Amino acid sequence: MTITENKTTNVIGTRLLRREDPPLLTGEAKFTNDLNIPGALHLAVLRSPFAHAKIKSINVSAALKIAGVVAVYTGKDLQTTWASPMPCAWPVTTDMKNPAHYPLAIDKVNYVGDGVAAVLATNETASRDALDAIDVEYEALQAVVDLEDALSDKNIIHKDLGTNKSYTWPLLVEETPGCVEEAFKKAKYKVKERYVQQRLIPMAMEPRAIAAVPQPFGGDITLYSATQIPHILKVMTALTLGIPEHQVRVVAPSVGGGFGSKLNVYAEELLCMALARKHNAPVRWVEERSENAQATIQGRGQIQHIELAADEKGKITAVRVRIIGDMGAYLQLVTPGVPILGAFLYAGVYDIPKAYDFSCTSVFTNLTPTDAYRGAGRPEATYAIESAIEALAREMKIDSFELRKRNYIKKEQFPYTAFSGLVYDSGDHLSAAEKAAKLTDIAGVRAQQKKQNVPGATKLLGVGMTSYFEMCGLAPSRVLASLNYSAGGWEAATVRVLPTNKVQVITGTSPHGQGHETSWAMIAAEKLGVAPEDVDVLHSDTAISALGLDTYGSRSLPVGGVAIAMACDKVIEKAKTIAAHQLECAAEDLQFVGGTFSVKGSPDRALPLAAIAFGAFTAHNLPEGCEPNLEAQVSYDPPNFSWPFGTHMCVVEVDTETGAVEILKYIAVDDCGNQINPLIVEGQVHGGVVQGIAQALFEEAVYDSDGNLKTSTLAEYLVPAACDVPPITTAHTTTPSPTNQLGVKGIGEAGTIGAAPTVINAIIDALSSLGVKSMAMPASPQTVWKTIQAARGGKK
Amino acid sequence: MIPAAFDYKRASSAAEAISLVGQYGSDAKFLAGGHSLLPLMKLRLAQPAMLIDIGRVKDLSYIKDAGKHIAIGALTRHMDVETSKVLHEHAPLLSHAAAHVGDSQVRHRGTIGGSIAHADPASDLPATTLALGATYVVQGPKGQREIAAAKFFKGFLESDLAADEMLVEIRVPKMQGAGWSFQKFNRRAQDWAIVGVAAWRRKNEAGVALVNMGSTPILATSVAGALAKGASVGDAAALASNEADPQSDLNASTEYRKHLASVLVRRALEDASK
Repeated sequence: MTITENKTTNVIGTRLLRREDPPLLTGEAKFTNDLNIPGALHLAVLRSPFAHAKIKSINVSAALKIAGVVAVYTGKDLQTTWASPMPCAWPVTTDMKNPAHYPLAIDKVNYVGDGVAAVLATNETASRDALDAIDVEYEALQAVVDLEDALSDKNIIHKDLGTNKSYTWPLLVEETPGCVEEAFKKAKYKVKERYVQQRLIPMAMEPRAIAAVPQPFGGDITLYSATQIPHILKVMTALTLGIPEHQVRVVAPSVGGGFGSKLNVYAEELLCMALARKHNAPVRWVEERSENAQATIQGRGQIQHIELAADEKGKITAVRVRIIGDMGAYLQLVTPGVPILGAFLYAGVYDIPKAYDFSCTSVFTNLTPTDAYRGAGRPEATYAIESAIEALAREMKIDSFELRKRNYIKKEQFPYTAFSGLVYDSGDHLSAAEKAAKLTDIAGVRAQQKKQNVPGATKLLGVGMTSYFEMCGLAPSRVLASLNYSAGGWEAATVRVLPTNKVQVITGTSPHGQGHETSWAMIAAEKLGVAPEDVDVLHSDTAISALGLDTYGSRSLPVGGVAIAMACDKVIEKAKTIAAHQLECAAEDLQFVGGTFSVKGSPDRALPLAAIAFGAFTAHNLPEGCEPNLEAQVSYDPPNFSWPFGTHMCVVEVDTETGAVEILKYIAVDDCGNQINPLIVEGQVHGGVVQGIAQALFEEAVYDSDGNLKTSTLAEYLVPAACDVPPITTAHTTTPSPTNQLGVKGIGEAGTIGAAPTVINAIIDALSSLGVKSMAMPASPQTVWKTIQAARGGKK
Repeated sequence: MIPAAFDYKRASSAAEAISLVGQYGSDAKFLAGGHSLLPLMKLRLAQPAMLIDIGRVKDLSYIKDAGKHIAIGALTRHMDVETSKVLHEHAPLLSHAAAHVGDSQVRHRGTIGGSIAHADPASDLPATTLALGATYVVQGPKGQREIAAAKFFKGFLESDLAADEMLVEIRVPKMQGAGWSFQKFNRRAQDWAIVGVAAWRRKNEAGVALVNMGSTPILATSVAGALAKGASVGDAAALASNEADPQSDLNASTEYRKHLASVLVRRALEDASK
């Protein structure tokens, strides 16, 4: 047996190439729809073409005659199959209204795309042909599409609830009663702004795909799904189907992106499982792109009203926010919680007194349900405060960077207890902002702008900026309890050193593009003094990784990665007792460096971890009471959120004749504390920035007044490609988090949070000489052109 | 993304393709590069009962110098139009426009004949060949006939092609050193133009055609007419939409499209005058 010699490692912080990439790039990686499952029946879902209608009758007889069609089910047929409606895990208030939501609609459809019937066929073509052969008689009802209309309750969607309002969630923090109102009365400067966060379609490159495979006997079932949340899905599907949880195994094979859209329990997952059990055969389904647009959750969808009060120096003295949140037709897994995740961030990175008045009212509409989408509540909040501070700077006629400087929470104030009681772990906003300004060459750009933006010019330069705080790795669990979230915020890890000194890391995180296999191997390699390639990372299969809370909300590293480091520590502790026993010394006399235990002061008395691993396996010579094998498990509940931050800046040129916006420069300075792998950090920032630019310039789920989605293909829903976005300059500052041993914070959502307001602020800056003070998203050429026309009062 | 059932025949010559389409009538569709037809079929917006695959018809993929004009076989791929030395020399506007069709994958599959026969007003090559005064050669059961581009486009996705006819050649007059410009205005590089302009200019003579400004590609004859009478570029460009009848869609209202057309025609003429 060969035992690899330990290398001294210095792995953390290196730009190790992602081990995930070769199989992904060569097509060897297997996604759910690539799995070869003999005998599988194909599910197809008939979807409502009406946003709001009663189902009068469904005739499936013609569909059943198509060769290959095995069965067709309606919502009524399956009504007794479900032990409970589909789950919503975040009842944000005790009186929250939550309409019963079943995998197939029973007598009424509530959005275009709502499932009406399920076809099972021996092949995909027959299942698709059968959809055309099902005859449904609908009685169309007026659709509720507009948020303010919904709020008026003129037309109530879920009659049994008696209202379209799902909940109102207030957060009023006042040093003394009435101090917010007082601050507004006394304010030297005030701004009152309204912003619309358009609905976005997450559009993961891999659509959703599912295969439910019943085991031959015993009643167990394996669910393969393109999901971000195998662990949560296991619990939730068991509860919804009323089957014992231990009989459900969930596997997420390679998953091609999620951005929150695969953080859910979907009708099709439940249909595949229920019908696989009913037919005792595997049932599989893959989503079409237009189904992905209509029947997978959408993101954003808020109307925001924000008011700032400020004193003569521009110091913010109070913040007031009113939001209407668009829930869509039903509450999905965490739908109601999304606006609440932003509720704490409407003061952004600024030092404000306890004078904060936030309230969110969320309403149902006859549109696709919304839920968490990259950033979930935090991009919306950041957009509002970072746009409002620009408005305040315009009001005061001072430079907005100068105004930010007057309000930033200062470096020496950290850890900083905010108005909300939350503690911001660490930060240095000014340094990040100054670095961004330097990389932008702000002085040079302003000089060029002066030269270029002269009366009559048709190409106008603008600079935009955003300083953000991200709130991620939501924990500890008791804080989540105070927000009425139904699950915890911990993460589990197991680290096992095999007899040959190869290492298995088992994580409860569930990567779908983030590179966890690479990063987690790096953490274990650094800790244990082994080579990263000797560390295998196992995940996303509940039979292997039994415990976990999955991947979303930039939680994987600050919670799951830290859990791995802690499990490594436990392994090292155990190994140390074995080393001490075998070297005949006291454990406290040992040091562990580069994968080797040695007696302090006598380096010749040493044992490599490899020898201890093998010794723990043979168990021939272990200390009294020491169990064989080298393995440790940790469930880690962090003491606090992690608070990444940074400043983004960009320079745009606006063509006033056409309204076209070109981003000339984009600078992202992000601080996520210590970086495990800078290459992966930069990749996350790049992807996030592009998604933020997409919200600013390209993407919108457009509905007509009847609730029809007008952007259901990639020809209309404008996901930008590489050639449509600018080169991105990434840089960082490093302010380690004091709350975890790795000093890390999450980075998955930061780019998205920073980018949209940065771009919009730049466009407004470019057009400010024309009198433009606001810009709707997406700032399409037509929108920009019309805004310019309006500012000019119709004059060309 | 699964089309309705259809039958499939492969033709090895233009004559065979025409005989097949005669046999199956209006239920049949020619399949060339497939980049317009197949997406429509996958969305079940088109459900032809018979596909006649002309993708392997020999001798319809060529670019030849025919003296006064360049002859381009209907099955010539966009990529070949884009990179042709003959076209670079004699009809650079066309090869430049071909480089703006879709993305690289589309340009390796899609054909110039397919694009023109599909008669999509939002496509780049119908308008470009229209601006250049091209002639299309079509073949039917009774032999070949020539149709001027200006008479070919009849309505949205409708052309002068009879059901049993096939476009076989595009004849583009040599540009003889005329200045030219192609302006494609869109939100993403791979998209169809919101508005596009193909233009050439030689002294007071000009050809200007518009992409996506009506139910067919539009020949902006008022612009050319004004220039011929000595109008300034700006004044001529203001007439850009005289022959157009643009739709409103998610990207552009009728009013905005007309405005864009004037701006882009002006820029195209300025560019072509350099």
